[in-house]
Amino acid sequence: MSARKRELLGLIPASLLVTAGFAAVFIQQGSLSNLSLTYGAIFLGLCVAAHVFLRIALPYADPYLFPLVAVLACFGLVMVYRVDVTLARQQAQWFVVGLGLFVATIVFVRDYRKLEQYRYLIAAGSLALLCLPRLPGIGAQVNGAYLGVRIPGVFVFQPTEFAKIGIVIFLASYLRDTRQVLVAGARRVAGVTLPPLKHFGPLLVIWGVAMLLLVVIRDLGSSLMFFGAFLALLYVATSRVSFVVVGLLLFAGGAWYLGTHVPHVVDRVDVWLDPLNTSRYRGAGYQIANSLFAQADGGLLGRGFGQAFLVTPNGGALLPAPQTDTIYAVIVNELGLVGAVAVLITYLLFVQRGFKIALLARDSFSTLLAAGLAAVFALQVFVIVGGVTNVIPLTGVTLPFVSYGGSSILANFVLLALLLLVSDRARRPT
Amino acid sequence: MRLFGVIVLLFALLVAWTSRWTVFDAKALRDNALNARPLIAQLHVKRGAIEAADGSVLARSVRGPRGTYGRTYPTGSLFGHPVGYSNVSLGQLSGIERFRNDVLSGQGGSELGSIADQLQGKRQAGDTVVTTLDPAAQRIAEQQLAATGSPGAVVALDPRSGAVEVMASTPGYDPTAIGRPGVFRSLNAPGSGAPLLNRATQSSYAPGSTFKVVTAAAALDTGRYTPDSTINGDSPKTISGVPMRNDLNESFGDISLTTAMTNSVNTVFGQLGEALGKRTMADYMRRFGFYRRPPLDYPADEMFASGERLNGGLLPVTSPQVDVGRMAIGQDKLAVTPLQMAMVVSAVANGGRLMAPHLTDRIVDPDGRTVTRIKPSVWSTPMSPRTAAELNQMMRKVVESGTGTAVQLPGIQVAGKTGTAEIGRLGSNLTQPSFVAFAPADNPRVAIAVTVERSQGGFGGTVAAPIARAVLQSLLQHP
Repeated sequence: MSARKRELLGLIPASLLVTAGFAAVFIQQGSLSNLSLTYGAIFLGLCVAAHVFLRIALPYADPYLFPLVAVLACFGLVMVYRVDVTLARQQAQWFVVGLGLFVATIVFVRDYRKLEQYRYLIAAGSLALLCLPRLPGIGAQVNGAYLGVRIPGVFVFQPTEFAKIGIVIFLASYLRDTRQVLVAGARRVAGVTLPPLKHFGPLLVIWGVAMLLLVVIRDLGSSLMFFGAFLALLYVATSRVSFVVVGLLLFAGGAWYLGTHVPHVVDRVDVWLDPLNTSRYRGAGYQIANSLFAQADGGLLGRGFGQAFLVTPNGGALLPAPQTDTIYAVIVNELGLVGAVAVLITYLLFVQRGFKIALLARDSFSTLLAAGLAAVFALQVFVIVGGVTNVIPLTGVTLPFVSYGGSSILANFVLLALLLLVSDRARRPT
Repeated sequence: MRLFGVIVLLFALLVAWTSRWTVFDAKALRDNALNARPLIAQLHVKRGAIEAADGSVLARSVRGPRGTYGRTYPTGSLFGHPVGYSNVSLGQLSGIERFRNDVLSGQGGSELGSIADQLQGKRQAGDTVVTTLDPAAQRIAEQQLAATGSPGAVVALDPRSGAVEVMASTPGYDPTAIGRPGVFRSLNAPGSGAPLLNRATQSSYAPGSTFKVVTAAAALDTGRYTPDSTINGDSPKTISGVPMRNDLNESFGDISLTTAMTNSVNTVFGQLGEALGKRTMADYMRRFGFYRRPPLDYPADEMFASGERLNGGLLPVTSPQVDVGRMAIGQDKLAVTPLQMAMVVSAVANGGRLMAPHLTDRIVDPDGRTVTRIKPSVWSTPMSPRTAAELNQMMRKVVESGTGTAVQLPGIQVAGKTGTAEIGRLGSNLTQPSFVAFAPADNPRVAIAVTVERSQGGFGGTVAAPIARAVLQSLLQHP
């Protein structure tokens, strides 16, 4: 069976899922109609359109990535619909715009290797994006972190979502150039293989940038995501575990320092260490405590679609940010451990396909780009799910394709487009 | 690829932590005091109804905003005391609403059953509690009590089963309104007349001469006296070193126990109490249920243990501070609930066997199946059938020709006993009239106790007996 046929078949479960999901939510709201079928049909139509486009533009691209994204996106749509109908409508619109951007990326960045020529521009642009939220007037502080940009009346967007792609492109390109010297010039110092000092400098610069990000945007999660992606790429480029270990130690040191000295980060760490502390419950600990309560309420099998309590009887938020940060807690609450593991496995399959593309790629930039994109995607999932489950301090990044948010949807569609572009080139028969 | 291995490891960590919260630590989290979900869950459960014996609805849930349920009580204040109120958002419950909260809120079932329900897509709903209460008689009791202008209480039981048919207490309150802003506070405010207090189970009164039934039961059941034993009924008599007088200081000469009961002769019962002694009196009081909370299916802290009381605590009958002669006529420091007195007469009516009183008749699940039916059970046997039969005859005389003639019903023989305790300062003429009775005397179906908290010079036979009569009449109308 050709790759594209497999892709087409893969879309069927996604459409069934969106139909069944909406039906479940409608039943819960006591108004089952054929609307769920309509939504399913529209969704299937959009996906088939994208599929036909891929058939023409990227006939050799990986057949599983797009259906996996479709499953995640339609699942996200149902979850967001369950939280807030208006937001779900916007989310659906963003989904359409995202598909548009997906197509545009594939059309305009056909030869993605040209991106290398602009790597410093991309790097600078990404850093600028990251610093935007600190600019007076348009920056938006949420829970002490600077992650959003708000232009009143126009839009709100999350620059980190786009910056992560830019930084991966830059790092892939930079490491492709320097990997040889990093490995060849390495010396063993006290049993540890260290990169040559000349090239150690740039690595320290990247570490410094990550630390600076932590200070500037005050968000441990995004910082972990960026630095983790960097370490992953470093490892792929050099195959030296010692580099990664050194990098992790540097990051841990920096994180420890900031975690004990920057007040906002200190609060987050305190809450992380003792999420159910009574004295913090009404303040900083409310979100994580209720996230854990919601998960306990879900148990093994969950309460079912639409059955989780999100608001208190007097209308206050019982689980803050259920459509974005804590959507994973809502998933666990309604679908239980079983449903949550299914979602995590879907992400894992996506990441696996990403790494597979990296393995198949024929040039090192492509390998590094695919691995970097897959890694940053996986780390984003880890950072937000880890935050909600209190594995790490909770920070505000989105659950890709599932959380509500235009920036997240658009950026992740660009990420998908890049992966498919790399994949198409890698699998194209020569 | 090792990198993917690391990612798998990280995701395994996520699964492990999710399992920790959803399975391993789930119970601790659900029980955490900060967790508002159980309370909110209760608001989302359609609480079961509470029904009267005839099936009329006393409490039911109605849909409120955002999928929650509120509670309304169609009979208003009529059943406020036995049924109680449920205000989940305040965390306040009382009465049957509180005692049966588990089944009413649908938490009575097994964990397995609720999973099965969940799989079948059934909404969690509470069971219905069908009570033994009789709305017509309850209404009459409440109206009659209200007409006295004083607080008071009526308890009527079926002596054969212990089923509580009437439990009225005035002043009342409307349980539907209790959740409205400020209402709960104003009901508890000083000077409100304590409308939330269930006087049938929580207020203790000096039983006065109604207690002579207990003394007579002890005298007859020990075998030391018969209804025909003669005792001198002159007035005054020195009891416990202090003169005791009969009503109007009337002297009766040597009279039988039956005559002494018919005319409520204090000096005879005072002597009886002294002769029987504290130990025997204590024994018989315990048999009737004194000195512990009544075995009613009702929240324990909304019931009061009857007995001798001093400074708010129970005082054993054997204490030197107890004047057994005056206790035998229902004075001294006796503090007795109307429910306790109803239990006393129901034991006499039921041939000496005291049935455990109960308000719940059965529990019915949302599909209409009876889950639990309360079976009548003998709680204690305070006296022999013979003693009960003798007391039955003596109490008939009270109604036929004694102090309780006001309770006479056409065609139905009633047995009863009056009580008039003097309260307030000497010479204030304030009384606490009470009356206990059962009927029909030869095959009792109803046992009743009535207490009126305050009366200006009224007697048990003039103030309380007519209330008992009206309620008995209503309850005896249907077989």
